[in-house]
Amino acid sequence: MTKQVMTSNKAVTEAVKLAKPQVVPVYPITPQTTISEYLAQYVADGDLDAEYIRVESEHSTISATLGASEAGVRVFTATSSQGLMLMHEILFAAAGMRAPIVMADANRAISAPLNIWNDQQDSIAQRDAGWIHLYVENAQEAHDTIIQAYKIAENKDVLLPVMVCLDGFILTHTVEPVELLEAEAVDEFLPAYEPTHAFLDPAKPMSLGTLADPEYYTEARYAMQVAMDNSKSVIKEVGAEFGEKFGRKYDLVEPYKCDDAEIILVAMGSMCSTIRVVVDELREQGEKVGLLKIRAYRPFPYEEINEIVKNADKLAVLDKNVTFGIGGALFTDICAKCDNDTYGFILGLGGRDIIPDYIKECVELTKSGEKKVNWIGLKEDE
Amino acid sequence: MVSIGCGISEPGSTRNNKTGSWRTFKPVLDKEKCVDCDNCILFCPDGCIGKEHEIDYDYCKGCGICKVECPVKAIEMIREE
Amino acid sequence: MDFSQEELLAPGHRGCAGCGASIGVRLALKALGRNTVAISATGCLEVMTTPYPETAWEIPWVHVAFENAAAVASGVERALKAQGKEDVNIVAFGGDGGTTDIGMQALSGAMERGHNLTYVCYDNEAYMNTGIQRSSSTPFGASTTTSPAGKQSFGEDRPKKNMAFIMAAHGVPYVATASIAYPEDFMKKVKKAAETDGPAYIHLNQPCTTGWGFKPENTIQLGRLAVESGAWGLFEIENGEFKVTYRPQNRKPVKEYLSAQKRFRHLTDVEIDQIQEFVDAQCEELGI
Repeated sequence: MTKQVMTSNKAVTEAVKLAKPQVVPVYPITPQTTISEYLAQYVADGDLDAEYIRVESEHSTISATLGASEAGVRVFTATSSQGLMLMHEILFAAAGMRAPIVMADANRAISAPLNIWNDQQDSIAQRDAGWIHLYVENAQEAHDTIIQAYKIAENKDVLLPVMVCLDGFILTHTVEPVELLEAEAVDEFLPAYEPTHAFLDPAKPMSLGTLADPEYYTEARYAMQVAMDNSKSVIKEVGAEFGEKFGRKYDLVEPYKCDDAEIILVAMGSMCSTIRVVVDELREQGEKVGLLKIRAYRPFPYEEINEIVKNADKLAVLDKNVTFGIGGALFTDICAKCDNDTYGFILGLGGRDIIPDYIKECVELTKSGEKKVNWIGLKEDE
Repeated sequence: MVSIGCGISEPGSTRNNKTGSWRTFKPVLDKEKCVDCDNCILFCPDGCIGKEHEIDYDYCKGCGICKVECPVKAIEMIREE
Repeated sequence: MDFSQEELLAPGHRGCAGCGASIGVRLALKALGRNTVAISATGCLEVMTTPYPETAWEIPWVHVAFENAAAVASGVERALKAQGKEDVNIVAFGGDGGTTDIGMQALSGAMERGHNLTYVCYDNEAYMNTGIQRSSSTPFGASTTTSPAGKQSFGEDRPKKNMAFIMAAHGVPYVATASIAYPEDFMKKVKKAAETDGPAYIHLNQPCTTGWGFKPENTIQLGRLAVESGAWGLFEIENGEFKVTYRPQNRKPVKEYLSAQKRFRHLTDVEIDQIQEFVDAQCEELGI
């Protein structure tokens, strides 16, 4: 096992190299850009035997990616923010056509006002497209999750695309030590993609992307719901198998000091690292707090969440996104599925740092229970 | 239930849908007059005129292109009963 | 004429009686043969050929959306290449809306990148699937539901976008115009397009009985009138070399073409003269 220092973007592409997609259409966008560059270089150097398509937009990126997937090969792409928004329509088509695409999203804020820095509004805005959404906390997880994403997406009981979400700049441009997976072991873990449900072969013609009238449409959408439900156990199994093979186990959620916690903070992505430090600090001061990291946002693992939070008095949900008129998206989901007294916190928008004091403020506001939805770090008018 | 992603594995299966029922006028070929130019075959929107210029009434929608494009007026349109 | 008897677009599809688009596809597939993968943009062709659980296609076929047929085709082409199936023909079909309007960017990208595929625009000069709305390919004077003739309007007031030349300006090795009423010419061009190493674009004039307003039996007649009047020219641009592939012996007055269609019936002699002048100028430019 080799350990190297690299950004999450690099860690993603190192995993892509090991997963060996045959077609890679990519369009550059900050802060995903270095992914598009690394992959181009691998292809140029012969380190990745893939057709790299220099597409003219993200709309065509996902369209070409979907076309290639339907033609029966493993594919990869990556995007961010406005690019993901431009893909929006085709994300639904990709899920509806049950294409096991794996895509990395370098989480970034959405315009207007224009902002290139991190929050999670972009992927959250795509949550109803029918994709599996996995959020990663660091470069190692980014590397490991890409490989698992293919195994999940291509599982015959799932066959849904997977979006691997990594926080822009905080992860995409920050270097960390990463233990790279070994090619042979990855080959054993992730067999070649052999589709039976969708391919374009003149010897066995299929028609794909058909028109379904009211007689069939509901059943097609229900089948996606079943696939999404199936994906819960598949994500767990794949995470466990990965752990056995590579020593790092993954699950739908990851609790930290939740067993006796009175207040549990619920969050996704890189801020979990900061929260963990705050939890330790508050624990030292005698406060019974814990962290519940949500790795799989879709499917939403509410049974697993409830099992962990059932004894907590209060939940504090931290969102790097807004669903205007109600609160953060994770907050509303938790409220819908958990009976705990739950408070929502919107913070870290457009790249504003989430400092430990902000997290402590979330805990204090949860204790006081004054407001259900709170904006943290907001500069008040002078 | 539907197939995964509503993909269709049976090519040419619209043949199950007999569009002949759409027809008001029916083309009838006088084989004696036919000069084998194949215009009717080429121009049929439904591809339902065979090699020997036999018309497949299961699918013929009765558009009448074959009648108009026949250079020797070998096809007549007759109202369906 | 020598042509394949194999029908690769099955009957039973839901095209209108007298549908020109299905004639175009049938002819194209006769030229291409079974070893072909087709991609469709959303539109008449797509909805009428694949009502789940039935498909009219005898060859592999895929549709994703309205504006991205060329991008989907790009992905398909590279995937087949990666699988070592470079001998398979790849053909994309888009209507004029899906090609000259909403699909323009994806098409421009695919053509510029040099994918080895044939793109056929079946041009019926309006958004027919949604009920005859104006596109950038709608000709001057045509009444559509969004460019209707009225007390203060003679209908569409802009000339048709010149797609073939726009494609040629991309440096595409093979560009051609065609008509469903000239099957030999069209099929020859499709074969050439498929044999071209790199992208090829064919702009196919395709009369529409419903949208243009003529009897279903006259679909081919209208296509012929368009060409014989010079309203639609048949040419090809092969590696930059322009060549007219058909010249009407005695060009018919455009009035004969216009008056055969409901969409032009409101035009006065003033507009008809204007259109004639435009057609004359176009024919002079093309050398027809």
